[in-house]
Amino acid sequence: MTTTRRDFLKTGALVIGFTLVPRTTLAQSAALPGSLNTNRRLDAWLRIDPNGTVTIFTGKIELGQGIGTALSQIAADELDVDLKRIDIVYGDTARTPNEGQTAGSLSVEQSGTALRFACAEARSILLAAAATKLGVPVVDLTVSDGSITAPNGARAAYWELSADAQLDGEATAKVKPKPASEHRVVGTSVRRRDIPKKFTGGAAYVQDVRLPGMVFGRVVRPPSPGAELIEVDEARVRSLPGVIAVVRDGSFLAVAAAREEQAIRARDALQQSARWKEAESLPPSGDALYRDLMARSAPVQTVAEKAAPTTAEPVKRLEALYTRPYQAHASMGPSCAVAQWREGLLTVWTHSQGVFPLRADLAKALAIDAKDIRCIHAEGAGCYGHNGADDVALDAALLARATSGRPVKLQWMRDDEFAWEPYGSAMVMKLSGGLDAQGNVVAWAHEVWSYPHSTRPGSSSGVNLLAARHLAKPLAPVPPADVPQPTGGSDRNAIPLYDFGAVKIVKHYVADAPLRTSALRTLGGYANVFALESFVDELAAAAGADPVEFRLRHLREARARAVIEAAAQRASWTPRARGDGARGRGIGFARYKNLGCYCAVIVDVAIDRSSGRIRVTRAVAAVDAGQIVNPDGVVNQIEGGIIQSTSWTLKESVRFDRTRVTTRSWADYPIVRFDEVPEVDVMLLNRPDERFLGVGEGSQGPAAAAIANAVAHATGRRLRALPFTPERVKQALA
Amino acid sequence: MASFTLRVNGASKTVQVDPDTPLLYVLRNDLELNGPKFGCGLAQCGACTVLADGKPVRSCVATVASVAGGRITTIEGLGTLERLHPLQRAFIEEQACQCGYCGNGMVMTAKALLDRNPRPSERDIKAALNGHLCRCASHNRIVRAVQRAAAELRS
Repeated sequence: MTTTRRDFLKTGALVIGFTLVPRTTLAQSAALPGSLNTNRRLDAWLRIDPNGTVTIFTGKIELGQGIGTALSQIAADELDVDLKRIDIVYGDTARTPNEGQTAGSLSVEQSGTALRFACAEARSILLAAAATKLGVPVVDLTVSDGSITAPNGARAAYWELSADAQLDGEATAKVKPKPASEHRVVGTSVRRRDIPKKFTGGAAYVQDVRLPGMVFGRVVRPPSPGAELIEVDEARVRSLPGVIAVVRDGSFLAVAAAREEQAIRARDALQQSARWKEAESLPPSGDALYRDLMARSAPVQTVAEKAAPTTAEPVKRLEALYTRPYQAHASMGPSCAVAQWREGLLTVWTHSQGVFPLRADLAKALAIDAKDIRCIHAEGAGCYGHNGADDVALDAALLARATSGRPVKLQWMRDDEFAWEPYGSAMVMKLSGGLDAQGNVVAWAHEVWSYPHSTRPGSSSGVNLLAARHLAKPLAPVPPADVPQPTGGSDRNAIPLYDFGAVKIVKHYVADAPLRTSALRTLGGYANVFALESFVDELAAAAGADPVEFRLRHLREARARAVIEAAAQRASWTPRARGDGARGRGIGFARYKNLGCYCAVIVDVAIDRSSGRIRVTRAVAAVDAGQIVNPDGVVNQIEGGIIQSTSWTLKESVRFDRTRVTTRSWADYPIVRFDEVPEVDVMLLNRPDERFLGVGEGSQGPAAAAIANAVAHATGRRLRALPFTPERVKQALA
Repeated sequence: MASFTLRVNGASKTVQVDPDTPLLYVLRNDLELNGPKFGCGLAQCGACTVLADGKPVRSCVATVASVAGGRITTIEGLGTLERLHPLQRAFIEEQACQCGYCGNGMVMTAKALLDRNPRPSERDIKAALNGHLCRCASHNRIVRAVQRAAAELRS
């Protein structure tokens, strides 16, 4: 198979003409909505083909969250075309806009907003072309499924006009999108476009990419993060059946074979033959983990500070320390990529959440020009943040350099994923607060200690791809800065939305992490909301107040109050109800990032006092996500978030000793199973005239706090160390 | 290497592989079936599940030699996009996944359950699927999908 540079940029029958480089004149241009601002050409977002297909292009990627369906709905309504006509192209460095990462529950806000304005403008350009062609004013034209009709019955269709309608100009965003009242598919639970193939054996994932001549790769990781490869018998492994290439570069070791099981056997053989020099580089475990974190050197930064509006002095003061361990993304499918080199050009099929940032880091790691790399999105298993997706792309690219142009599919083994994915950071939250004589909060302080929450490729200096640090000439990531407010990283959701008088939020951000950490769904939000909303209940208890009433008393924002009230009503919350020692109920609330969706969760728990086992039996959630594009999609995200958070909160913690990560399989990292999953009831508060608010990370923090509060309600004992294992519960009840 | 003739989704296929090759790689790579997934290689998660003579088998650890001669069914053998099996239809109707990577195993084990118990209770379904992991947390939708399929199969 030979390929020219021209073919490389060719996709299907069309050579892509638009530039993907952000314009240098950006600073002078007017701001445009959503990702239109950084990708300003209309034809970067949509194309109308003579065959009647509308193709929309997004720099975001599908990861099972249903974004492709939601974006199609938005485009269908703005263009007045049937959903069936819409094809979608996800993140592809040769074809789509650069929208950075698919992260932070921002895809509908950023890509959806851009598509909404781009499609509205395209529709108006098409209508203008039709008006000229048909000789009637635009106002007299009607559109149905892309077919434009004049009062006299004369017709023109989008696909006949695409030659006259110039979509290659810069967007102006001057055409106002439709009001919610005119939406036909936005706001309805359209079935997801990605699901049918997933249940019929269709090619749905990067694991299903098959190319002519493709071989199979495996990587042999060091036994521990601090290990160096001393020696390995490459020659013997090269002689094993099917082995095509063994690549060693410093401590990076990988093998390619004709058959997948041969690659796995060769990996085993390399592991047996390799001698490593290991070093103790990991932090201590147990409570010492948190003492160690708090003792590390870090600048003390005040995130927010507000003076007390009144002179009321606290008459009662409380303080509490909450902890969260390292937790894993633990994707069901280990990370996978397919890489192929042809004439110095590299193509990578990847489930990375950001094909453009990945390309930039691959270029640095491989010392080639970014324009010689094409990264194409193909879905992987759910990732919940920055897992091994980007790392495996470099592994495959390094290995494929040794296979003479044959493509390599490289999937990590289960232990690669557990031992090497970047974890959600261990964290400590110290809360203190004071109540006045009326039981109102008049002082509040939240101090957080954390390692990084965002070390994705492209988000940090240096190279953040795992293999790069193992090469003979290593390329290391530079310790990254924390994600700044208003979204925040380690301090995400640390600032309370409540009126708590004098407020001070401080963070100790430890940039130099002993264990690799990065974005796990919500970043610091899960742990901060857990701590904040637990402490609200602790203060409410000290004030002798009902938790719902106590929250509402301190909360002015109408939309925030509305979700708490709705959840309480839906769950038939009984003020001042008492737990009976084994059963209890608790609430948690947050507005994700203090900018995204509003979500209140109420859970019921049952505690087996003899075994220490907590069961979350039921969860009720109320959500305000602004205008809802796909109600079932929102319910799916909120429901999944609550159950995943139940798993994080009750069970999950990465294990390690001072040298090695000892979490290697599901046996070492239990997650919730069917018999532990709560019934979940999600109530949506649709606000069709408000802007979209992301929901993918809305329910995890509130669910964790609700569980902690329910346990305290049931037993009178407060759990402050995640996860709430049976041992910890028994200890607390003793 | 040895020659094995497998009966997969009603068709006979002959492959040349080592006898201890896990069935999963033969299905995915020799027969190009996408349904069964590599999840753990340790029989812990269930994503690779197929039926051998009607019984759920973890194809990531079951060797080719151990299943040769049996009837193997993968999710592709249940139905197609045009002619969905009631279980496939139910999982689509209930939108019973986020990423869907575990879905193959859920459907195949549910198939074995419904074959032996056409009227499973919610508890029966959860018990049958308890050895399967789902990380996106679509559990409740999956249970509803199996209930829906059971109802359709009975009617």
